[in-house]
Amino acid sequence: MCPPATDSTVTGGTAPALELRGIDKRFGTVHANRGISLSVARGSVHGLIGENGAGKSTLMNIVYGFHQPDVGEILVGGRRVHIAAPHDAIAAGIGMVHQHFMLVENFTVLENVVLGVEQGAVLARSLAHARGELEKLARDYGLDVPLDTVVSELPVGVQQRVEILKALYRRAEILILDEPTAVLTPQEADALFKMLGRLRAEGKAVILVTHKLREIMAVTDRVTVMRQGAVVGEVATRDTSPRELAEKMVGRAVLLRVEKAPAKPGEPLLAVRDLEVRDRLGVARVKGVSFDLRAGEIVGVAGVSGNGQSELLEALAGIRAPARGAITLGGHDLVAQNFGPRERRRLGLAHVPEDRLRMGVVTKFSAEDNAILGYQDRADYQRGPLLNRASIRADCEKKMTAHDVRPALPLLRISAFSGGNQQKLVLAREIDCDPQVLLIGQPTRGVDIGAIEFIHKKLVALRDAGKALLIVSVELEEILGLADRILVMNNGEIVGELARADANEEKIGLMMAGVKEAHA
Amino acid sequence: METYTLIVLTLAATIRVATPLLLAALAGMFSERSGVVDLGLEGKMLGAAFASAAVSAVTGSAWAGLGAGVAAAVVLALLIAFATITHRGDQVVAAVAINIMVAGLGPTLALAWFNIGGQTPQLDLPGQRFLALVWPWEHVAREHPFPGLLYAELLSGHNLVVYFAAALVPFSAWVLYRTRFGLRLRAVGENPLAVDTAGISVAGLRYQAVVISGMLCGVAGTYLSTAASAGFTRDMTAGKGYLALAALIFGKWKPYPTLGACLLFAFTDALAVRLQGTPLPIVGVIPVQFILALPYVLTVLLLAGFVGKAVAPAAIGVPYSKEK
Repeated sequence: MCPPATDSTVTGGTAPALELRGIDKRFGTVHANRGISLSVARGSVHGLIGENGAGKSTLMNIVYGFHQPDVGEILVGGRRVHIAAPHDAIAAGIGMVHQHFMLVENFTVLENVVLGVEQGAVLARSLAHARGELEKLARDYGLDVPLDTVVSELPVGVQQRVEILKALYRRAEILILDEPTAVLTPQEADALFKMLGRLRAEGKAVILVTHKLREIMAVTDRVTVMRQGAVVGEVATRDTSPRELAEKMVGRAVLLRVEKAPAKPGEPLLAVRDLEVRDRLGVARVKGVSFDLRAGEIVGVAGVSGNGQSELLEALAGIRAPARGAITLGGHDLVAQNFGPRERRRLGLAHVPEDRLRMGVVTKFSAEDNAILGYQDRADYQRGPLLNRASIRADCEKKMTAHDVRPALPLLRISAFSGGNQQKLVLAREIDCDPQVLLIGQPTRGVDIGAIEFIHKKLVALRDAGKALLIVSVELEEILGLADRILVMNNGEIVGELARADANEEKIGLMMAGVKEAHA
Repeated sequence: METYTLIVLTLAATIRVATPLLLAALAGMFSERSGVVDLGLEGKMLGAAFASAAVSAVTGSAWAGLGAGVAAAVVLALLIAFATITHRGDQVVAAVAINIMVAGLGPTLALAWFNIGGQTPQLDLPGQRFLALVWPWEHVAREHPFPGLLYAELLSGHNLVVYFAAALVPFSAWVLYRTRFGLRLRAVGENPLAVDTAGISVAGLRYQAVVISGMLCGVAGTYLSTAASAGFTRDMTAGKGYLALAALIFGKWKPYPTLGACLLFAFTDALAVRLQGTPLPIVGVIPVQFILALPYVLTVLLLAGFVGKAVAPAAIGVPYSKEK
């Protein structure tokens, strides 16, 4: 219906590639965008940074035609455009790589790229044309992608490349990437940034939407900071610092590093011996892992995502049965005695799961219902055979105040809270019964800076109170910031153990790649 | 030679029984591939059966009947579409409502218009029905039963709708896998958000799919009342819409496997008719009720046992909205 636009670029002059003037948007009572003006130059990478809920995504969805602004105008290459639907955005040369990829999982890469810009009613010609074009794009930008592979069989990093190819195939001159590194390993992220550099050199305008300061500092030329729906600053990246950006984002000074005293480890509370965990296909994902977790220390498990950390965490929490080995807690062998999550909780083991939306909360439940999940049998939540609603609500309000969960509305659906506030509530739930051992997967995944600071402080406070904490995180920075002792996993094994004082990014990076301690 | 004749005749019956199933199943395929559950197959078929028989009885033209049948089914399909696509209503509830409505409306209108007990008048004038087409040299072929009978019974001797249904299978496969429309249709049933971001209207695609389903149901219903029988009777679809849906699932939403499933269901049906009253070795005469239940029992067994791995279009049954 619409072959790739050929005249989407208006060359000449120094008009910015994209200019937004006074964009204003309300959803009901929420004022998502307040008079936002933004200008992105051709041949530049422009960062758009802000906490979750600051209005970045709304703004980008307006640019891509998903939403209509109440007030304001959009100019592409100096010309006013009316973008009523994604169709118009594509025609104007705007491409978007969404945080959750917009790919048809059971289609091949080629089919996904062609979808929506087929040339003629019969497919064969479109596919042949796209194949030639894509091979050229792949060469020009170093975007190597197997064209005939079904998308669901590709790793996420490659799927993201497919999204970028889709945009380029549609002759996008302006490329918006929404939180592109959320799903990537550090290596994949570096490859992405290198690619963005190439796009910039080609004269494209790239908008990088993120809440990670490191990325902004690493790849952008200019950066716009948003807070509560408004632009609170725009600067050249070289004239600013992470600290300044963080302060602008949050609206107050924030600590980027966790401040903590040296650990005073006590007795081992949790002992893991020769643990092996297999997946459904019988493949060993955790291979003979042994370690102790002591009172008053934080142990961080580092590793590239998918090297057995998730399975280890699930086996410890009682969600996944290990094939062999022992987990000792409070004088019980949890494996031999076949203790499930409930018994483990009673023994003082709490678990904040890695995948919050899948395992940590029930998204359709209210905050107060989520705040008792797993603890719903507690006596003070009961009134005869019924739940004691008044007590549950009061309890949730208490947790919300203590953990700065905003808005403090127990009846609000959990999905209406930002990731940070959800995580704070989950953490509040898990530590409410004073567990001795705390397992935490990705403590701050999808969590904004203000909440990261709060959660990190809380975890250190728990450590100082003599609890044993095991933290699994793919954010190396987080491990280095929090852990007193670091275990590095590769291919299901612990390839090395480092005291925090001996650890640095390079050493851990080598171990993550599988180089054993002795050779490191 | 007796057994041979019996087998050929059973297979010929299979083709006749399979035709409406196949049309309805392919109708459902278009709808479900776009992400709209098509539980309304039954109602659309029944509505078309009534409309075509009524119009054919009045005008004396089977073709006018076909037009009316298709139109009626499309109108019903659009009703469901309006409720479920435009207003994001529940697809199952809307379709079942239509099924129930049509089941009552057909006989009621028939009573009001023709006053012969909720039926349409017998279609016995030439031109009122789609009759079997006899192929050239059929009689010659019959003189040499092998392979002549195969020609005479299986290839020749069916009405136009049967051939249409047969041709529809490769055509549907071509549309689904080789055309732009097919690509978009499959995409919208898997990930409508991806289709939307690609700049294509999700609602537009789904309306197209639902209308196609309506048209094919129209043909299927017309076949029932003006080709397979001579007039509309109460509840004449007798669950064929649901059976077609089962065949579609058994056929994993793909044209050729769906054809296979329809033929299998139809074969058990044709066999059941043959077996009525025929004593079998060891078991003797099987009660007729049991034999008639055979296709349905088979359906349950097949669906329970063999299609565990069938993967439905991912977005099926979910009304689309941009906000999650």
